[in-house]
Formats: sequence, structure tokens, C-alpha cells
Amino acid sequence: MVFAVLFNFSLLAFGPTGFGDELFWGLTRTVEIALLAYALGIAIGLCGAMGKLTGAKWLRNILEGYTTLVRAVPDLVLILLLYYAGTDGINRMLISIGLQPIEVNGFVAATFVLGVVYGAFSTEVLRAGIQAVPVGQIEAAKAYGMSPFLRFRRVTLPAMLPYAIPGMANLWLNVTKASALIAVVGFTELALATRQAAGVSKLYLMFYLVTALIYLSITLISNQVFGWLERRVRRGQPKLA
Amino acid sequence: MVWDWLPTYLPLLVHGLYITLLLLVGSVVMGFVLAVPLGLVQVTGPWPIKYLARGYCTFIRGTPLLIQMWLLYYGVGSLFPLIGVQFPTFKENFIWLIRLDAFYYALLAFTLNYAGYEGEVMRGAFLGVPKGELEAARAFGMSPWKVLSRVWFPRAVRQVLPTLAGETIAQLLATPLAFTIPVMDLMGVTSRIRQDTFLIYEPLLFLALVYIVLTFLITRAFNYFEGLVPARR
Repeated sequence: MVFAVLFNFSLLAFGPTGFGDELFWGLTRTVEIALLAYALGIAIGLCGAMGKLTGAKWLRNILEGYTTLVRAVPDLVLILLLYYAGTDGINRMLISIGLQPIEVNGFVAATFVLGVVYGAFSTEVLRAGIQAVPVGQIEAAKAYGMSPFLRFRRVTLPAMLPYAIPGMANLWLNVTKASALIAVVGFTELALATRQAAGVSKLYLMFYLVTALIYLSITLISNQVFGWLERRVRRGQPKLA
Repeated sequence: MVWDWLPTYLPLLVHGLYITLLLLVGSVVMGFVLAVPLGLVQVTGPWPIKYLARGYCTFIRGTPLLIQMWLLYYGVGSLFPLIGVQFPTFKENFIWLIRLDAFYYALLAFTLNYAGYEGEVMRGAFLGVPKGELEAARAFGMSPWKVLSRVWFPRAVRQVLPTLAGETIAQLLATPLAFTIPVMDLMGVTSRIRQDTFLIYEPLLFLALVYIVLTFLITRAFNYFEGLVPARR
């Protein structure tokens, strides 16, 4: 009897009678945000790591400031700051060049903010990875006369991946979990869709449990993928303990 | 930039800082106390407890803290009034449970979360203590409890200190989430200032500054403790 008060699985159905489709839509948004933000984070991280390792002094200082600052301020505060500052800044720029202000797409803003935040973390992970590559290998590539790009693609990147993949896997899990923070600025992804469904149906326990399980399955599936990836990039190297 | 709100709200901000620090210190201390047995049973326990502990750590590490906190506050928290309606005696005796402040739910959620992450770390630390040292302790005739308290645990904790610093800072940076279930921590106070004064950036910038200072202080504190442990390099 108590169970019937707390759980009503028919509410998880798709269609107008259940919240299944709402949750599924939220899940697709969560995965999209996480994937795009992760890709942006990697792009920023690669540039940042190269800048930190080979850039001029002023560039290194800027990048050091970026990574230190982002890693010392809570994600949530950064998301709020960048979300409002970013949308506000774009509108001010548009007005100053004589255009109408636009409603900045919440999806784009959320992705951009998470990408910038996790770009700082991936800068550090990738920098550590690149630094772990024996210098001799890179020098040998230079001695063969490879261009910087070719050298990166053929030597640095494959050699650093075994060191960087565990950190990057962690980062991916953090991005998926941090995407829930986007709910706080009012963008409907999985966490906010759940909150709405729970609020309407009053079945708080059931909906939050279901969503926790959805996030957990994202994590478990990701673990499998990254495990496979790590075995692949480590092929030919001695096994870890 | 408008900063004239700062003196007016300073007492409230100080109280918010107190709540944030209480949340941080309370959850880190209690979470660590929970993490030690969680790590230990994963290394030594019989299989049902072992897998239970491992499952717990996986669940905590695989779900967002925000969802865990909402699950506790809105989910579990909604059970008590329901029980109270069914059983009047429960309502009489446990009215405090029904009216429990959101802060305690946040504290519980943060504690359980920290325990899950740290339990995994402690598992690795217990495994990382050289077998020879434990065998030597046993050869001295120490009881299992004494082996744990004199050799195994102290050695594991020393290995884990740098990780602990990182996890504690991560925990600090997660505390603003508590404001989503109404807790008046630093973030809660900040969002109230933003609503009262219609300022978008200034309170948030101030908040960011406070967190930067806190991060710096915690880093320094852990460096000090790490310096106390003699290490051969």
C-alpha cells in the first residue's frame, strides 16, 4: 500500500499520460550538452596545453591565470557568472553595432560555459600527459624534420594518450555530472525535467531515484567505453599492475 | 560596478560563510569517518559487505551530487509527513524529523557523497600499504585491531593526504549546490542579495573572490600537514 503511494511506474510511460518522453528528451539534451562541452573542452585544453608548454611568457601567464581561477571558483558560480555575463555581453555588443538584441539560446550558452570551465581542467590533464612523453621521442621527430603539426599527430599525440586517457575519462564523467548544474539557470535538461515531473506528480522519491539510475548508467557505459579506449591506446605497452 | 550593498549585507554574508564552513568541515570529518570502514571492507570484508560497499561507492561516484541532494531532501524528506499522517504517534514523537531544516539534509547529502569518493580513495590506500609491513606487525603478535590502528591505518592516511586535499577542495567548490534546497550558505545569501538589489554580477564576483581565498587557505593548511609527515624523497 505504502509502495503504491510512493511509486507509480505508469507515470514513466511515454506519451501524454507519463513523463517518460519528458525525461527522455531531458536525457538527450544532457548527453548533447555534455558531448559538445567535452569536445569544446578538449579543443581549449589542447590549445591551452600547447600554449603552456611552448608559448611566450605572457601567454603562459594568461593560461596559468585561467586554469588557476577556474579551478578555485565553484562550477555553479562560474556557470551563473558566464551565463549572465555571456548573454549580456553579446547583447551589448549587438546594440553597440546597431543590431537588435537577441535571446541567447540556453543550449548554446550552457554548452559554451561548461566547455570553458572544463577546458581549464583538460588543459592541465593534457599538459601533464604531454610532459610525460619522453623528450627524446619528440626530439627524434624534430631531427627527422617533421613539421610541428605532423610531429604532434604522429608522435606527441599517440605517445601522450596512455597518460592522458584516465584523466580525460574522469573529466568526461565530471562533465556529465556537472551538466546537471545547468538546471539551476533554468535550462531543461535531465535534472530539471526530473524536478518538474516530481513536482507535478508529487512522487519525488521515484523520479529522483529513476534519474539517479539514468545518470549511473551513463557513467557505467562511459566506463566501458573508456576502458576499451585505454586498452587500445596502451596496446603494445606493458600491462599496468 | 555598485558595491554599496556590501556593508548592509556583511553580517548576513558572515553568517553564510559560517554555514558554508560548517557544511564543509562537518561533511569532510563525518564523511572521512565513514570512508575508513568503507575502504577497509572493500579490501578485507566478506563478499556481501564488500560488494555492498563497492556498489555504494559506484552509485555515489556515478550520480550528480545535485540529484543525490534532491533525492534526500525532496524524496526521503517527503516520506516523513506521509508517515506522520498515517501514524499520529510518529508525528508526536518525531515532529523534529518532519520539520528538519534543509541544512541537515544538505549536511547528510554532502557527508554521504564525500564518504563515497573518499571510500574509494581509502580502498586504494589500504591496498597500497606494503604487505611486508603488515606481516611484520603480525609477526610481532599484534592483534588484528592493533595492526590496523598502529600500522595499516596510519600508513594509509599518510599516503592519502595529497588526494585528501584535492577532494576537500572539490567538496568546498560543491558547497554552493546546497542553496538549491533552501540553505542560506554563502551562495544562498548571495542569491538573496541579487534578488534584493537587482545586481547581476557584483555579488557573484564577490562570492567567487571568497571562494578563491578559501581554496588558497585550504591548500596552505594541507601543505602544512603534509610537511609535518617526514618523507624520504
